Amino acid sequence: MEAKFQLEIISPEKIIFSDTIKMAKIPSYEGDMSILNNHISIITFLRPGIIKIEKNDGNFEEFFVQDGTIEFFGENLVILSSSAINIKDLSKEFLNNLQKETEEMLTKENINDQDRYILNHKIDVIKEIRV
Amino acid sequence: MPSLDDLKKRISSVKSTQKITKAMKMVAAAKLRRAQENAEKGRPYSEKMNNIILNLSNSISDKENASKFLVGTGKDNIYLCVVITADRGLCGGFNSNICRKAKSYFEKIIKEGKTLKIFTVGSKGYDQIKRQYGSYIVENINFKGYKNITYKEAEQVGNKIIKLFNDGKFDVCKIFYNKFKNVMTQIPQQQQIIPIESNKKEEEKKTDVSYEFEPEEDEILNNLLPKNISTQIFKAFLENSASEQGSRMTAMDSATRNAGDLVDKLTITYNRSRQAVITKELIEIISGAESI
Repeated sequence: MEAKFQLEIISPEKIIFSDTIKMAKIPSYEGDMSILNNHISIITFLRPGIIKIEKNDGNFEEFFVQDGTIEFFGENLVILSSSAINIKDLSKEFLNNLQKETEEMLTKENINDQDRYILNHKIDVIKEIRV
Repeated sequence: MPSLDDLKKRISSVKSTQKITKAMKMVAAAKLRRAQENAEKGRPYSEKMNNIILNLSNSISDKENASKFLVGTGKDNIYLCVVITADRGLCGGFNSNICRKAKSYFEKIIKEGKTLKIFTVGSKGYDQIKRQYGSYIVENINFKGYKNITYKEAEQVGNKIIKLFNDGKFDVCKIFYNKFKNVMTQIPQQQQIIPIESNKKEEEKKTDVSYEFEPEEDEILNNLLPKNISTQIFKAFLENSASEQGSRMTAMDSATRNAGDLVDKLTITYNRSRQAVITKELIEIISGAESI
């Protein structure tokens, strides 16, 4: 019997996802990480990417995020993000707009390397989802 | 004594006003339910956000160099007051209650000899405050064309505040909004968002948890605190919109009732004067017939 833990994905407007799951793979700030039960308590934030969740029935669910904060404590994983969207609900139009916006932001001169890295990464993720 | 025609016109005009207020009450009631749901849905986010920030600020060792959003600039000379009101009227004392609360606070700040800056959100508050404190208003924003206020709009306001703060334009930031208690009561609230007021009770509860941080605590805090400001403002927006609808519902309900009373009264006056006219005519006919 595999250990389970509680996951909540919360946006300012509503609770997007709340269930017990087996595993969550998250695009953390310093690289992707997978969280299983009994993970050490951790606080970190997200870069643009895809959250992949293995649910109890073995099915997977994926969410696209642009930013956010996560906290794992006890047997609870909380993901706070103002931009989490289930991949199934992503429209082509939305992705196109987002890519255009991001590319525009890249052309601005007053961004630092950190931002540039995040923006480039965002474009990569968008392209990846399209495929 | 108004003529019969005048009374008739008056009655029909009051009746149509009553129809409008009744419709407004129904609309407000429907919107209230949605606004209340939204306010409830929004609560977990701001609560969790607060928790994380509390945990973080507890584990930060170097309080001196911590983010300015947390500890403030060390001065308290310039106050920025964000007054959040509605864009529409006809909702009872809703807008004036916030403004009254804010104005009494403005008085206090001015008396203490500190610099006051005002940021109004919502056109009704701007109109009311402009008269007396027009010269202090540094920003004003309203969402007249929007159907629903989402997190994006709150972020917009939050970013403006953050920009002002980073430019060193103020030391302390307070927001004024109405907290939704129930349909009848909304409580005007004043909340400090920069620097963050920590809640002592919660702090004690959570001290024994040790977290791993990735990247460093300071960096997370620097990233998180500006977000928290938008979150707090969004929370205020949600509370405010629920309060606005509740307040409007109550106001329109009593307006409908008043209109009903007025119609009853006018109808009685109308019937009496009609009867008087008939009696007068009868007397004229009878006395005419007698004199023949």
